Parts: sequence; structure tokens; C-alpha cells
Amino acid sequence: MADRSETDTVTTLSTDPEHPAQGSTTPVVTGTGTRPAIIADATASHGAGSPVPVQTRNERFASTDVSAFPPVTGREAGWKLTPVDALQGLIAGELDGGRYELGIETTEGAEVTWVGRDDARIGTAGIPEDRAAANAWSSFQEALLVRLTGEEPSSTTLIRSAFGPTARGAHTIVDAKAFSRGVVVLDNRGSAQLAENVEILVGDGADVTVVTVQDWADEAKHVANHFAQVGRDAHLKHVVVSFGGGVVRVNPSVTLAGSGADGDLLGVYFADAAQHLESQVFLFHEADHTKGRVEYRGALQGEGAHTVWIGDVLIGPDATGTDSYEQNRNLVLTDGTRADSVPNLEIETGDIAGAGHASATGRFDDEQLFYLQARGIPEEVARRLVVRGFLSSIVQKIGVPALEVRLQDAIEAELAGEAR
Amino acid sequence: MSTLAIRDLHVSIETDQGTKPILRGVDLTINEGETHAVMGPNGSGKSTLAYTIAGHPRYNVDSGSITLDGEDVLAMSVDERARAGLFLAMQYPVEIPGVTVSNFLRTAKTAIDGKSPAIRGWVKDVRQSMDNLRMDSAFAERNVNEGFSGGEKKRHEILQLELLKPRFAVLDETDSGLDVDALKIVSEGVNRAKDATGLGVLLITHYTRILRYIKPDFVHVFVAGRVAEEGGPELADRLEDEGYDRYVSAAAAAS
Ligand SMILES: Nc1ncnc2c1ncn2[C@@H]1O[C@H](COP(=O)(O)OP(=O)(O)OP(=O)(O)O)[C@@H](O)[C@H]1O
Ligand SMILES: [Mg+2]
Repeated sequence: MADRSETDTVTTLSTDPEHPAQGSTTPVVTGTGTRPAIIADATASHGAGSPVPVQTRNERFASTDVSAFPPVTGREAGWKLTPVDALQGLIAGELDGGRYELGIETTEGAEVTWVGRDDARIGTAGIPEDRAAANAWSSFQEALLVRLTGEEPSSTTLIRSAFGPTARGAHTIVDAKAFSRGVVVLDNRGSAQLAENVEILVGDGADVTVVTVQDWADEAKHVANHFAQVGRDAHLKHVVVSFGGGVVRVNPSVTLAGSGADGDLLGVYFADAAQHLESQVFLFHEADHTKGRVEYRGALQGEGAHTVWIGDVLIGPDATGTDSYEQNRNLVLTDGTRADSVPNLEIETGDIAGAGHASATGRFDDEQLFYLQARGIPEEVARRLVVRGFLSSIVQKIGVPALEVRLQDAIEAELAGEAR
Repeated sequence: MSTLAIRDLHVSIETDQGTKPILRGVDLTINEGETHAVMGPNGSGKSTLAYTIAGHPRYNVDSGSITLDGEDVLAMSVDERARAGLFLAMQYPVEIPGVTVSNFLRTAKTAIDGKSPAIRGWVKDVRQSMDNLRMDSAFAERNVNEGFSGGEKKRHEILQLELLKPRFAVLDETDSGLDVDALKIVSEGVNRAKDATGLGVLLITHYTRILRYIKPDFVHVFVAGRVAEEGGPELADRLEDEGYDRYVSAAAAAS
């Protein structure tokens, strides 16, 4: 498995003349096999000369109480790439934590109910590490519970299109019983001012896919934290799809808690002019023989399109035999965009099967364009063909055919520059 | 009768060291149905000629002309040239992740013809051409050139040649990296296209080997950015025996 490990570069590519300093490239070394652990914190080289103390990723302050967090200024490590002014209503404002209207489509083997704050599952997958998540947690009155019990694959779609202009705090739990199988889709559309937490409990041997689709209206603001615990020999596929919305930040934290647990963390995003789409991904290999794959891809087009991807992978001291790989690729289609891409890998055991990461932000490749044009394909058509191909490789991995079709259509609409 | 005419073509590229002239007055006329072999040593400018005909933006035409039946090719965009009937089989075909061969071929055919091909006939044509080139049908669902071996990439270029039916094809070292079986298969493909459509061919090669299978009507020796000598097929035999040394030293002495 030596080929899983590589030396790569962290690149923050900006085509925004206002941020000329963002062109830097930082080499990062990743560790493997029996070599000593290497801690590579790419963010350390981004500050202007001030070394960032190396803090293990799972030692961050966490609380469910919003008042335990100081006000957010935008200088904090977790917020410095986010337009916090636009989100202060969700970070510090009052949130309506009551039930909201939603459409539920579900098949046998899954059930959806509301449960009270005293439900024993609440807080077992993880607790907030930032103020917006804590604000949502402090506000919600009831949690929406999706319970997966069937060993035959079930399918649940939560159509959330009626949030409206009210600032809201929400809580969702996906509780997958041992050996259950199912797909849960959070299908987000329309207007929203939403801060939420989603807890995902994947029981031993279960096989679960959770997809959150952000297909919001233009002005929507959405801050979500997903926390997942994946049990012994269980598999979680977690997918973040962000196309629509003004400021969207969906941060998944997945803990591979049981031996042999397997996590696929996928993301696909397409940022248009003035859109901010962000995902801070944390994958924690806690148990031995866990396997993790993180792959996020995004395209950017239009003035002020901004994407942020931070991928933290932590291989804990007990996680022997771990196999981990994370990557982020961005395709820049026009001037005036900015893609931040920061992979971090911490390895606390010397005995792993492999670990590596890659990050690349590139312009649409002129040689690809030439090849296609040389076959008679006009530039615009060629461009769409390539972007579609670039993003499809993630979409194809989702494994939910109806959703794949819908997302391919959404990509087409983005490419056609339609207002969403 | 269709004619591709290149007149006194001067081409340069921008490098870190400044402007570098590469083609220094190329004249070539290719009529429909003719096969012209362009042979020359590494770095003599063969690919530059090929890319310039296709319209790659890296190459600047400083003077001279390229016309197709009198139409100014240099005024056309890359895709317009292809739609006008020019085809370049590349020396190093580009990988296009996420775009399947079948999708790519259909998109190209639609662009070239100005309408989508009738589905049943098209699927049959693709299958037939792939069979002819001994390409497994699984290639249709793979991404364009991704993970293809050198020989597979070349077959894929000739597959496009057969399906897109251009009037003139520039084949840039289509023979390089092919074993003798693959060379025969690829040559048969080119010959089929010639028979079917009266294709004019500009066959760029370093070696005479491919000329055993694709018979040239004319041979041009290309050295230091211009045609140093031209003749019939017999010139290729002489190059086979003598190599390029004579021309290269003459060019060096002249500059
Ligand atoms: N992008 C480039 N940057 C710098 N030099 C270049 C570039 N492209 C071509 N050249 C130079 O132009 C000259 C001609 O190159 P060209 O590729 O046309 O040669 P060729 O005859 O096709 O060679 P080969 O037989 O190796 O394929 C060479 O000296 C080459 O180094
Ligand atoms: Mg060449």
C-alpha cells in the first residue's frame, strides 16, 4: 500500500487580484507504514510568520451551550475563511427551534418521528465545536429522528423547502440499528436561515448513506454540522452536495469508532458569482483497521465565487492498520474566483497501512479544450463536457440513481448559468 | 477536387527565453486522395506544423498562409477548422477525466455534422469501427484516453478519423509506440478511411516503417523548420538507408 502515501502540495489558488498573497504553495509530507509519525498541519504555514501551535484535532473545545463560546470575530481558525458578518444572525442571533414543515418520503425499514430534547441519543455522535452549532443546539425544542431498522435497504428523503425567512435552529438524528441498510437524503430547497446539527449513529455492521443537498435559493444562509459515529465493520457514505445558497457551510465530523469501520466522505459543489460554499471535513480514525476516503470536488465560476475546503484527518494512537486517503480538487472556470483548499493529516501511530492526501486547484485545462475543439466541438460545449465530467466522477459514487439524475440536471443548470 | 495549401509558413512560439522561430518557410500542397509523408529528425518542427494546421493557440503564425479550397484556415477557430474537414491525430492525445469515449464521439459527430447522428446507425458504426481496430467494446464506457496505453491512444485517434470522416488528416507520429501488429491495424484503418472518403493524408513520421503499410505519393524531408528535400516514395527508401545526417549537417552549415 506504499502507493497510498505521497508527498503533495497544498495550494490556495486565487484569481482575485485583491488577495494576491493567496497564490502560495506549501509542501506537505505525509507519513506511512512504520516510519515515525509525521504531523503535518498545513494551516501553520498560512499565518504571517506566527507559528500555530500544533493541537491534535480532537482536542478542540466543545460544548452544547452557546454561552460557553466567545463572540465570533472572524479571526478564529475555524472561521477565518468564512464571511462571518453574513452569518452573525445564525452564530449569535435568536433562533426558532420549533418544529418545521417538511415532506417525508420513506420506505419500509425506516421511520421518521419527532423526539424531545431528553432523547438518550442526543449528544452521542458528537457535540458542537463552534458557536453557530452550539446556538442551534441551545435552541432546538425537538429533534427529527430517522430510524433505520431494516436489513433490506430502505430509502428516506426529507424534503425541506419550507423554512422561509425565519432564522431557525434544528436538530436531526439518523439512528441506524446494527446491520440496517438505508439511504437518507436531506433535500434542501427554497429560502432558509438555518443553523443545524445532524447526528448520525451507524450501528455495528450497518451500511448507511446520508446525503445532504443544498439546492437553496440565492439568498439562503445555512450552517450545518454533522457528527457521525461509525460502529464495528459498519460503513457510512456521507455526501455533501452544495449548489445553491448565498453562504453555505456544511461541516461533517466522522469518527470511525469501531474496528473495521469504513467511511466514504464525498462532496461536490459548484459556486457561482458571489456564492460562498464551504466544508470543513474531519475524519477521525479512532479504531484499528478502519478505512477512510475523503473526496471533494468543486467548480467555481463568476466574480466573487468562493469555496473553502478544509480536510482534517486524524489517525489516533489505537488506529493500527488504518488506510486513509483524502483529496480535494477544484476547477476554476473564470477570473475573480477564490478556492481555498487545506488538507491536514495527523498520524499518532506508526503502524498504519497507508495514508495520504492531495489537493489541487487548477484552471480549466487548455490542452483538454484544444483536444475537444480539434474534434469540432465548440468551446462552450467543450467546457461543459469537461466540467460535467469533472463533477460527475463524484456524483457517480453516490449510488442513488434517482438522485444522480437530479444532480446531473442541477450541474447542467449551473453550467447554463441559470439563476437557481 | 479539394486542396489543402500551405504557403511560406513562418511560425514561432513564446518561451521563457523569448520568441523562438520554429517553422521557417514551409510550402506544401495536398490534394484530395493524396498521401504525403513528412519525415524529419526530432525537434525539426513536425508537430509544430501539425498543431499550426489544427490551430493550437500556443503557435503564432508570423507570415504565410494555410488555405482549404481557397478558404483562409488561419482565420478559423480550432473547432471551425475541424468542422471544415481538417483532422489532427495527435502525437500525445490528451486524457479527459469524466468524459466517456462514447459520449465524446457522439458529441464530436454531432458538432461536425451539425445534427445528432441517427442512434441505431451510429451505434452500429461505432461498434464496427472499434471491431476493425480490435478495440474492446469496453473502451466506449471508459474515459477519453484515461489509462489508455500508448497503442490504445493511437487506435482511439484512428477510430475518430474513421467516424468523423474529415477531408484532410494530419497524422502526427501515429506509428510511434506501436508494435508491428498494432501498426498494421492502425494502417488498415487509415487506408480504409482513404478508400471510403478520398481522404488526403499528411503523415508525419520519424521512421519509414509505417510507409510499408500506408503508401505515400510524396515524401518531404523536414529539417530545421523547412522542407529540405522532396520526392516520390523512393526518397523514403534512401532515408531508410542513409538517415537524416546529411540534411542535418547541411542545415547546420547553412545557419
Ligand atoms: N512549448 C514549447 N516550448 C519550448 N520549445 C518548444 C515548445 N514546443 C516546441 N518547441 C521546440 O520547437 C522545436 C520543434 O518542436 P516540434 O515538437 O515541432 O518537433 P518535432 O519535429 O515534432 O519533434 P519530435 O520528432 O520529437 O516529435 C523543438 O526545438 C522544440 O523543443
Ligand atoms: Mg513531434
